[in-house]
Amino acid sequence: MNNKTKKILHSSEFYVGIIIILFCMLIQVRSGQFFTGNNLVDIIRSFTIPVMFCVGELMVLISGGVDCSFPAIASLSMFVVCKYLEDVTTNPLLFFVVAALIGLAFGVLNGVIIGKYRFPALIVTLGTSSICWGVMQGVFQSREYPLCATLLAVGKAKLFTATNAETGLSSDLPMITIFMVLLLLLGWFILNKTMLGRGIYAIGGDIIAAKRAGFNVFGTTVFIYAFSGMMAGIIGVFRACMLQAVHPNNLEGLEMTAIAACVLGGVSITGGKGTVLQACLGMALLTVVSNSLILLGISTHWQNVVTGLIIIAGTAATAIQNQKNAKKLAVKLTES
Amino acid sequence: MSDYIIRAKGIKKYFGGVKALDGVDLEIKKGEVHCLAGENGCGKSTIINVISGFYTPDGGELEIDGVSYPKMTPQQSIAAGIQVIYQDLSVFPNLTVMENLALNMELASGKKFVSKKRFREIAKEAVAKINFEIDLDEKVENLSVADKQLIAISRALLNNAKLIIMDEPTTAITKKEVRALFNVIRDLQKQNIAILFVSHKLDEVFEIAERFTIFRNGKNTGAGDASELTQEKFTYYMTGREIKETPFIYEEKPGAKKVLELKNLNLKNGFKNVNLSLGEGEILGITGLLGSGRTELVQALFGYHKADSGEIYIRGKKVQINSVKDGIKNGIGYVPPERIVEGVFLPQSIKQNISIEKWDEWAGPLGIMNEKKIEEVVNDWVKKLRIKLHSIEDPMNTLSGGNQQKCVLAKWLILDLNVLILNGPTVGVDIGAKFDIYELVKSLAANGLSVIIISDDIPEILSNCNRVVVMRRGEIVKEGLTKDMDEASLAEFAVAD
Repeated sequence: MNNKTKKILHSSEFYVGIIIILFCMLIQVRSGQFFTGNNLVDIIRSFTIPVMFCVGELMVLISGGVDCSFPAIASLSMFVVCKYLEDVTTNPLLFFVVAALIGLAFGVLNGVIIGKYRFPALIVTLGTSSICWGVMQGVFQSREYPLCATLLAVGKAKLFTATNAETGLSSDLPMITIFMVLLLLLGWFILNKTMLGRGIYAIGGDIIAAKRAGFNVFGTTVFIYAFSGMMAGIIGVFRACMLQAVHPNNLEGLEMTAIAACVLGGVSITGGKGTVLQACLGMALLTVVSNSLILLGISTHWQNVVTGLIIIAGTAATAIQNQKNAKKLAVKLTES
Repeated sequence: MSDYIIRAKGIKKYFGGVKALDGVDLEIKKGEVHCLAGENGCGKSTIINVISGFYTPDGGELEIDGVSYPKMTPQQSIAAGIQVIYQDLSVFPNLTVMENLALNMELASGKKFVSKKRFREIAKEAVAKINFEIDLDEKVENLSVADKQLIAISRALLNNAKLIIMDEPTTAITKKEVRALFNVIRDLQKQNIAILFVSHKLDEVFEIAERFTIFRNGKNTGAGDASELTQEKFTYYMTGREIKETPFIYEEKPGAKKVLELKNLNLKNGFKNVNLSLGEGEILGITGLLGSGRTELVQALFGYHKADSGEIYIRGKKVQINSVKDGIKNGIGYVPPERIVEGVFLPQSIKQNISIEKWDEWAGPLGIMNEKKIEEVVNDWVKKLRIKLHSIEDPMNTLSGGNQQKCVLAKWLILDLNVLILNGPTVGVDIGAKFDIYELVKSLAANGLSVIIISDDIPEILSNCNRVVVMRRGEIVKEGLTKDMDEASLAEFAVAD
């Protein structure tokens, strides 16, 4: 076996990919409904928003940090633009720009505090998260709110409709998916093709060595959290578009899903390692599972239990592998 | 043009009220190997940081290649040809060899985008400078310390280095690797590159250095030609006290039972057919290369690994050691080489660290600790081992490496041990503390404790153990009394293939 095949066989992407395929087959065999156009489109629809959050989270994780604030930042930005811009403009772009700026502000706040004082990212972002939820509820009196016509149109814009001939059910693939693809490509490009991206890996590998090598550690840290925050603002508005309504608390808890998806895909929770592909596969697995259990006749209440079990089993598999490697003996004994 | 690459005169550096450097001189000629020695906290790292531009000195003059630098930035230092190879090597474990080699250069030239092709060219150029053969696409975390070091050296050479500062480059590598490193250093010297070699080890200084400078407490205590140095002078300059090693003398009492006996012990990928015995009050040295099975063997005694077959006898009684708990139950204490990661809880108090193995015994009903008793015993051992500390309530990480090592010893000595195993007890420990540790071990042995010491440092084994075994590829290839052995033949046994 040559080196390249060996590397692929040992990669976590390979195993997560296999598990996803096996899972899809199982559902197909049991329900006959998995590989139908509308079901696949449905899965992509529910994959779109969470996987976009994964890009920011991935960068933060690689740098050795963690970001728990993006659902709150996304919700706040989304609520503010939906409530206050509907009478001001009919240009959808403006909604996204303002939301991006609000997200950027909170992201920079995270980045500066974490980069300058090296406080634990978990605590800092939990703090920002709490502030965002509080401001949204206290200052802006958040509640469920009808979406304005401008954004309704963005949400309804579709690439195509897939209809299931058997059941007559149909699903639209939204234009927003294009943005998802672009964001994933952007994440891949930054991480792999720019010195900034290599700096993120370097910081996650050894922050002191990164400083000595001449990386701008503070600037890179601010960029990572700012990027995550800014994208959160934009994605928040996309979420409202796809739901066709403003649900201020709809994203709560998604930070854990995004972190779990990344780790499940093979991203290291302690920093330094991870790829966009791994984050995508992790999120794909979680999405397929939670979306398809219903096809197997498992009630929605049990979906969370199954998702939880998969997260634990997946991370346990990696952890056990690492422990085994750490304790493996490799003394070359004399041949007898 | 100056004959000197570095001329530092009367350099002073204060941190708050602490004088880290109190007017030290350091002169390094072009193309020479210069050794800088001194105990921890003597100012070695501070002077390195001054030369590399990370610290601005509070006084004194610094000249690099004849040019005076009153205030120097790290960039100016690099431009003047100074490269530092830190003890931690400053490599990125999660990146490939190629990236590790190329990133600094690419950053320095202000590149914003990654070009794999350019990366590869730079990396190839770097490894070619020292004829270093390595898979450029391998992740650095999968490499040995020696290879990581060569990566750091090749990386340093990319910047047209005129002086390479190596901060204790030999602490984490084996004898064989040290030899390879010295060949690289001699090669660099031929290219007129000066090396500032920071080391505590006299034999290395003799072998590689032409001149030396020694610091103690931020002051110069000695400088000159390496050929004039003797062991006594060297340790005196470093510690300020006369250190005389007493050889360990052991006399077997007739009819005494063996404390530990191993019969045909085997562990797959660890060691095979090991037969070994240890008498009361003996100090047994085990040496061999990394990966010779020496660590695996003692870990099996301690219960970290479970031997596949064979028999272990403690004081004539056959025992089963399946877990660390069994090891401790049978009175086997193990002090690991990386005490920082394996043996201590750094943020916890010294008291807790020393007393942890006895908690079961000292806890009353309901699990309430007898604090007074604990303090008494801990203070007693702190005194016996001469551990330098402020209060036993202070966290462990306030102590120096040598004192931490002594605390780990104390933790085991509190128990009634049959065998104490020390794995690399003096790696990264100051010469004074090292001496203290060995004197202590010898006095413990004189009182009847049996000790096993694992070390790369053959002179250390020869002067502190009464018997030695050499392991190679999981087997014992040589065994005998230290008084019948010499350094060269032992080293030969360890590497011979």
